[in-house]
Amino acid sequence: MTILAVEEVGIRFGGVIALQAVGFSVDAGSIFSIIGPNGAGKTTLFNIISGIYKPDDGRILLAGEDVTELAPHRLAAKGLARTFQNLQIFFRLTTLENVMVGRHLREQRGFVRALLGLPSVSRQNRTTREKARELLAFVGLAEAADQPAISLPYGGLRRLEIARALAQEPRILLLDEPAAGCNPVETEAMEVLVRDIARQGITIVLVEHAMRFVMRISNRVLVLDGGRKLAEGSADEVRHNPTVAAAYLGRHGAGEAVRARG
Amino acid sequence: MRPLLSNRWATLVLLVALVAAMPLAFPSSYYYRVAALVWISALAALGLNILMGYAGQVSLGHAGFFGIGAYAVAIGPARFALNSWLCIVLGALASGALAWLVGRPILRLRGHYFAIATLGFGVLVALVLTSESGWTGGPDGTAVARLTFAGARLTGAATWYWISGGLLILGAGLALNLEESPTGRALRALNDSEIAAALAGVDVARHKLWAFVIAAVYASVAGSALALFDGFITPDTAGFLHSIELVAMVVLGGMGSVIGSVVGAAMLVTLPQLLTVFVEYEQLVLGLVVMLVLIFLRQGIVPSLRKVLARGFP
Repeated sequence: MTILAVEEVGIRFGGVIALQAVGFSVDAGSIFSIIGPNGAGKTTLFNIISGIYKPDDGRILLAGEDVTELAPHRLAAKGLARTFQNLQIFFRLTTLENVMVGRHLREQRGFVRALLGLPSVSRQNRTTREKARELLAFVGLAEAADQPAISLPYGGLRRLEIARALAQEPRILLLDEPAAGCNPVETEAMEVLVRDIARQGITIVLVEHAMRFVMRISNRVLVLDGGRKLAEGSADEVRHNPTVAAAYLGRHGAGEAVRARG
Repeated sequence: MRPLLSNRWATLVLLVALVAAMPLAFPSSYYYRVAALVWISALAALGLNILMGYAGQVSLGHAGFFGIGAYAVAIGPARFALNSWLCIVLGALASGALAWLVGRPILRLRGHYFAIATLGFGVLVALVLTSESGWTGGPDGTAVARLTFAGARLTGAATWYWISGGLLILGAGLALNLEESPTGRALRALNDSEIAAALAGVDVARHKLWAFVIAAVYASVAGSALALFDGFITPDTAGFLHSIELVAMVVLGGMGSVIGSVVGAAMLVTLPQLLTVFVEYEQLVLGLVVMLVLIFLRQGIVPSLRKVLARGFP
């Protein structure tokens, strides 16, 4: 079953075409990766899928429903969650509170009940806090729960964003370069974490530069270059695709690769 | 284990103790008066702190709502023979409704539009209060009928000390409840990252709007209290300078801190009283104090001191 379908999406910034006629579909429960050189349009594509940009052309379908015009908070209500390459942490909150914010849609809300501090609000806070602690333990940040989020190291912040996104109990999770800035050990741990999440049945769409990581865990890989779709297929198909090699090594490099092979 | 919850009660207990114990040190009724003025300003600052400290939006016209609350209890009883208590509520409702109308189109936009829109709103309110002299008494102000309760007229500094102190504790209780709720967390979160809050499901525009409405209601009630306490009101209460004072109270005391709003209000209300001796330099010294605080206690008095104390006693 297709959970996410991107249909012929295009967007321009001023006169610059950032994405042109990009289309693909993601099967529910799979790990789908988007790769490409810097400036290929990967994060732009993520921003369109998560409602931050509206595309000039094309549609986004979430579980068959057209969500192209929906605001981010409405997409969250439809079961979409994401993390950010340039971390978006609530720095004035504690680590635990950051994850608690992820429970927003699962909680009874409203300003009046909040101001009155009804007993039900305290009860709910307790439940939310427990759930958030579980998630922090899941991503390996249990000890940091009551520290200000700003005190976490870089790798911890990446994990915190994942815990916050998981708190939403999403159907589909967009991970924007979760291994960026991580050393090989941290990257490996991230790989384990992503696999664990996928095992829970959450569909994962991944933008990533760490190529080995991508090739090991992805069910399907989409290659973007210059705002266009260059290739799509299984990790193996993409790896052996000559156009992909050309995009990564440059035309000159590809020529040499061909010569070397011949 | 639950630092925020315990913090909430500690803050409230501290405030109750402060309000209850301060009169023991008062040598004259003049002190009751100054302290009542502090509680009233602190109430308005507390509301503004919900908007500025939690949601990160600056209102430069907040005295406009203060003025609406003040004039509601002046005009309602005098012109329409309405009950003063009812007029407090009507003023608060009008302020909340106006905040909603002003905020709804503007708070969808990011950036400084909101600060400018509220600036315009505040100027407009002050202008109307000054020029519609048939209703408001014009620039000279107007008398306000005294509040009565169970047949007794509520006058005098000591009476109003307890009324305004009670209002402040109530206002602080509500603000502290809000802080530790899904809504309060959403407000504090969107202050750090609107995009991440939105993708966590927070309706950012709606949360900012309601924070503004609540802040307006706080200011309106504080304005009503001041008018009923003084028995007289002028359009200056709604003026730009008063708006800036309210903002300064929140920033000086420390954004996002309930106690900070009270400390900030206490400073800005009492300093001019202390400085009456050097009347010519009052503004100068006030400006200097504000600058020094923000240079040396950049996060505001209370959060900065809290940090120092935390470092001292780990």
